[in-house]
Amino acid sequence: MEKKKATVSIRECVACGCCMKVCPRGAITIPKGINAQIDRDLCVGCGKCVVECPASVIRLEAAE
Amino acid sequence: MMKQKKKWYDYLWVFSLTYLVLGFFNILFAWLGLLCFFIPLAIAVVKGNKAYCNKYCGRGQLFALVGGRFGLSRRKDVPGWMKSKYFRYGFLVFFFTMFFLMLWNTYLVFADVKELGTAVTLLWTFKLPWHWAYHGTFFSDGVAQFAFGFYSVMLTSTVLGFVTMILFKPRSWCVYCPMGTMTQLICKARHITDSRKQ
Repeated sequence: MEKKKATVSIRECVACGCCMKVCPRGAITIPKGINAQIDRDLCVGCGKCVVECPASVIRLEAAE
Repeated sequence: MMKQKKKWYDYLWVFSLTYLVLGFFNILFAWLGLLCFFIPLAIAVVKGNKAYCNKYCGRGQLFALVGGRFGLSRRKDVPGWMKSKYFRYGFLVFFFTMFFLMLWNTYLVFADVKELGTAVTLLWTFKLPWHWAYHGTFFSDGVAQFAFGFYSVMLTSTVLGFVTMILFKPRSWCVYCPMGTMTQLICKARHITDSRKQ
């Protein structure tokens, strides 16, 4: 099965932190208050952040 | 799977709820709402991040609780225009224009030009009688006028947030929250030179 990872549309992200709160792996940070950053090594592609994001700007994409 | 342990700040929704309730008993409590204004600004200016939105915002937690845990939300995507820069920045400008009008009104009462109005204005339009939450003040009437004005701002944004919580995702208020947009702008300004430093 193909592996998937969460990807944030940085331009549209409002940096609210909802994704950070639900991430079971602690893979998401918002270091500069501008947009969320996902650590692709920690992300397991569970998709919780995708569902949670109030702006719907996170997607699961196939990891290469 | 790791289950995150609840931290003290995960209960700040209690503060937001209490604030709204207190406004029904004594309007002067509305002054406490200034905390929700100055703390996020201070964090953004001093620390250069949105820790307020990310961790401490009781309003957001309340929406997450009611819309998420209690399920009072359709959980649909917000429409595209709502997350556009035009709408977010436009709403910020509109919100602060109305905020400064409210401050001007307060000034007029302080200056004895206008009489104290004991109404709470919902959605900048509807005047709700609120005199039963006013029991006089030791200070100028302007102090009470600001309380009515500020509570109007807080109640209006809560109502808007609840409507979009029901229609879209629980915390869709966060998408166009003026404080959130403003603190993000401050963070952008603060980090603008970062890439040059490296």
